[in-house]
Amino acid sequence: MKHAEKELIAIKEEVSRMWTLVLSQLEKAKQAFFNNDVEQAREVVSREKRVNTFELKIDSDCENYIALYNPVAIDLRLVLSLIKISYTLERIGDFAEGIARHIVEDSCDAVTESLKDELELAVMFDTVIEMLSDSFTALDSENTRLSGKILAKDERIDAIYRNAIRKLAVYLRKEPAQIECGLKTMLILRKIERIGDHCSNIVEEIVFYIDAKVLKHKKNREPAA
Amino acid sequence: MIEAKNIDFYYGDFHALKNISMKMEAHTVTAFIGPSGCGKSTFLRLFNRMNDLIDATRLTGECRIDGADIYHKSVDVDELRKKVGMVFQKPNPFPKSVFENVAYGLRVGGMTDKNRIRQRVEAALTGAALWDEVKDKLKKSAFELSGGQQQRLCIARALAISPAILLMDEPASALDPVSTSKIEDLIHVLKKEYTLVIVTHNMQQAARVSDKTGFFMLGELVEFSDTKKMFLNPEKEETQNYLTGRFG
Repeated sequence: MKHAEKELIAIKEEVSRMWTLVLSQLEKAKQAFFNNDVEQAREVVSREKRVNTFELKIDSDCENYIALYNPVAIDLRLVLSLIKISYTLERIGDFAEGIARHIVEDSCDAVTESLKDELELAVMFDTVIEMLSDSFTALDSENTRLSGKILAKDERIDAIYRNAIRKLAVYLRKEPAQIECGLKTMLILRKIERIGDHCSNIVEEIVFYIDAKVLKHKKNREPAA
Repeated sequence: MIEAKNIDFYYGDFHALKNISMKMEAHTVTAFIGPSGCGKSTFLRLFNRMNDLIDATRLTGECRIDGADIYHKSVDVDELRKKVGMVFQKPNPFPKSVFENVAYGLRVGGMTDKNRIRQRVEAALTGAALWDEVKDKLKKSAFELSGGQQQRLCIARALAISPAILLMDEPASALDPVSTSKIEDLIHVLKKEYTLVIVTHNMQQAARVSDKTGFFMLGELVEFSDTKKMFLNPEKEETQNYLTGRFG
């Protein structure tokens, strides 16, 4: 294997490690939310710095790679994709931290289990975790077959989110005293919905890298099989 | 327009070019890339019939410039070479003054009017982005110029006789980065008036200066496409392997 290829694989492995960390942050944020586990939420907040460190390291490695190796073709597409994926993973890490901060800072018993169920929060959490995990598999296996499924999940998240906001509004009309908890819940819903969007962005980058196709800002984003 | 159709070329028994077809539009820059011995320089030299000077070579297929078959027996090769100028890898100025290097082709072509020659020399040196650097040393030996200046002098020499096409065989490979950059800038400017075809081992140079790129390997044209496309998303695996250094 050529030296340049080894360097690029090393960056890809670094992105994989960042991915694993962000996935773990998201899973822990979910557990902290459902168990109202302040300690676990604190752990997510404190580990956010590690996510940021990964982003800086990957940025620097990619800059060096471009400057030193002048990549073209699939190598150029990969390095461009890795820069954007690492930026997007960092944003997802921020959202996981944001969710955890809600738990640490504003304990709110009013978000009952039944309300969580009604808003399908567990489904939303699980779906974005699947999206992030599946997109990792797509990059790791260099296979875009999963991309259509992942993008479809984002549509599902958007639909659940819109529905949840309507249900939350109905709930708050009945329980106006719970407005603070309601707003907190709305912010969490919004963060999960944005994580779904970011997972879609990651998939678009993977398709750009592997198939050299640009899905961004296209209505029909599903790549051809 | 330059057009090659089903070109096969042989050095004795060696089959150097294999069934190559390609069209190059006027006022574009086309780059040929590929490993050593792949046939890219041989293919370039077809267009001003430089290969005619090599013994035991054989060509089949059609080679046309603006529709005319340049290998037709009625073609005057000297006239063809006035129309199709060439710049080589190493600067090869004549052992003459800067001025006389550029004026040489004009004089050989029968031009005697001194004023006219002076105008054409100045225009050619300006066209080669060299005039400002040499206007005060026109009578000095061309060998006193730097390597980059000598190469631009050779370009000026080619431009002086008003060609339509300029062939460049690794024109910057012997130059430092500053001189290389000047040649590359010049290529961008020259394209407005000339059609350029360039052979280069420097893939980034091909990416920087050309509109279209042809990738040659083992005498075959593996891929010919828009440069931007080739360098971002080549069609063929062989091209990708070569561009990314995984070749061989």
